[in-house]
Amino acid sequence: MAAGRLSLADFRGAWFGPTLVVPAAALLGLLLAYPLGLGVWLGFEDAKIGAPGTFIGIENFRYLLDDPVFRLTAINTALYTIVTVILKLGLGLALALLLNQRFAGVRFWRSVLLLPYVVPTVLSAFAWWWIFDPQFSFISWALVRLGVLSHNINFLGDAWLARMSLMIANIWRGTPFFTIGYLAGLQSIPNDVYEAAQIDGARAVRIFREITWPLLTPLTVILTTFSAIFTFTDFQLVWTITRGGPANATHLFVTLAYQRAIAGGAMSEGAAIAGVTLPALAVLAFAAMRAIRERT
Amino acid sequence: MRSRVASMWLPLLFFVVFLLFPFYWMVLTAVRPNEELVSTAVNPFVVHHPTLAHIQYLLNGTSFPRWFWNTMGIATGASVLSVATSWLAAYGIVRVGFPGAAAAGLAIYLGYLVPPAILFIPLADILLRLGWFDRPAALVPVYTTFLIPFCTWLLMGYLKSIPREIEEAAMVDGAGRLRVMLGIVLPLSGPGLISAFIFSFTLSWNEYLYALVFMSAPEHKTVPVGLATELVRGDIYQWGPLMAGAVLGCIPVVVLYFLFVDRYVQGMSGALKG
Repeated sequence: MAAGRLSLADFRGAWFGPTLVVPAAALLGLLLAYPLGLGVWLGFEDAKIGAPGTFIGIENFRYLLDDPVFRLTAINTALYTIVTVILKLGLGLALALLLNQRFAGVRFWRSVLLLPYVVPTVLSAFAWWWIFDPQFSFISWALVRLGVLSHNINFLGDAWLARMSLMIANIWRGTPFFTIGYLAGLQSIPNDVYEAAQIDGARAVRIFREITWPLLTPLTVILTTFSAIFTFTDFQLVWTITRGGPANATHLFVTLAYQRAIAGGAMSEGAAIAGVTLPALAVLAFAAMRAIRERT
Repeated sequence: MRSRVASMWLPLLFFVVFLLFPFYWMVLTAVRPNEELVSTAVNPFVVHHPTLAHIQYLLNGTSFPRWFWNTMGIATGASVLSVATSWLAAYGIVRVGFPGAAAAGLAIYLGYLVPPAILFIPLADILLRLGWFDRPAALVPVYTTFLIPFCTWLLMGYLKSIPREIEEAAMVDGAGRLRVMLGIVLPLSGPGLISAFIFSFTLSWNEYLYALVFMSAPEHKTVPVGLATELVRGDIYQWGPLMAGAVLGCIPVVVLYFLFVDRYVQGMSGALKG
């Protein structure tokens, strides 16, 4: 009798756990894993919107390699990711160190300064777009008034100025991400570590370099890879502010994929462009997973 | 004292100006009359004759209210669905356990690292075949694909922190699996569920690419998509209404953020820690 009841319990136990995972797994399977596979497959076809394609091998990729716009996009994406991630890391860490101190109003500033990361990106991108307006930018207005410049700056009309403007907007949005992460990291460092160093008479810079920074390294790896993944596949800021212009000079992989696949109807070509990001994303995802496992 | 000015207050001032100025600019533009917006003669840093005309136009002359409630409905639906399914999955993985539970948890988390950027083209194809194109409700299941991985990971961390003894004591008292799960652990998960919901809601409200690609009728759009596609026409940018829309569109997430700011920061770092 007792044995029979036990085996029934075991039977229920064996199925109970996996059953609970089924709803989540079903949604992710149908709308994440399946489209991921389908997307890779589409990259090897010649499908257009509304017209199913046939398998054409690596034709799309060969075509893209010869496409100067695609090549420029690859360089843009790399540049955009590397420059902004480095600056976001530096500024985000600096802000976290500032907000980790004790001063009047620190709680207020801590919550208010994280706002750029909280508000919808497209909505804040509108503000940046307006700030970079060729005719009515307050930056131009102030510089002309001060006599520094004689004419307005054409922020979004010049390739390099447009790239720089987008990077500033991206840094603005992404800096608080690092700050949130580093604030948590700084608070998890026990105080006695610092007290010991202070007894030794070590200066703040040395304490940071020899104690804080090394202790934060695993966290830095996680934050950097996450930030790189999201920056690398950015769409909202660029599409809102420049739409990849002027003359395709500021496209990232995803804005180009959108333009070709949805606006232009060349679904497979867009899928191939998006697919190009997969190897880099896989490497970054692997790095993030390893860093997370090491940290816990 | 002087060193504290250089090492602390000046950098802080820089961050305050850099990070908050765009918000100031947004609000300022939203209440500035058109004559001032296109005049280079007046000082642009202050409003001389504030107006509510842009906000009135937005509310009465555009579909903004519709976009607002669309977004509210989609964000709420997607968040509830994601938090519920994620809690079940997290409970199954962490508290019940089964062979391969750790691998299942890892697989779900990997989903978080697959950006919408890669999925929107094949998803467009799938939605077309399902007949879900241009249906706001379709965004609810679609949004769960980026919400479930995040919520599951967050709730796994939270469930690990609830002592096992509570469950064991209830089982000794004769409570069944479901009673323990829904009657004891679920109420104890409250704070974790709130964090997961706040994040989900904020992320849904922020979503742009899927809504842009999958919705086409003006009355089906979300706030960011509606503003970007219906208010920006050709070369004439309606800056006043656009900024008014940006301000009003930020309000729900900003209110939610300030209500739960500590939980927000904790949840965020908890999810990064794993």
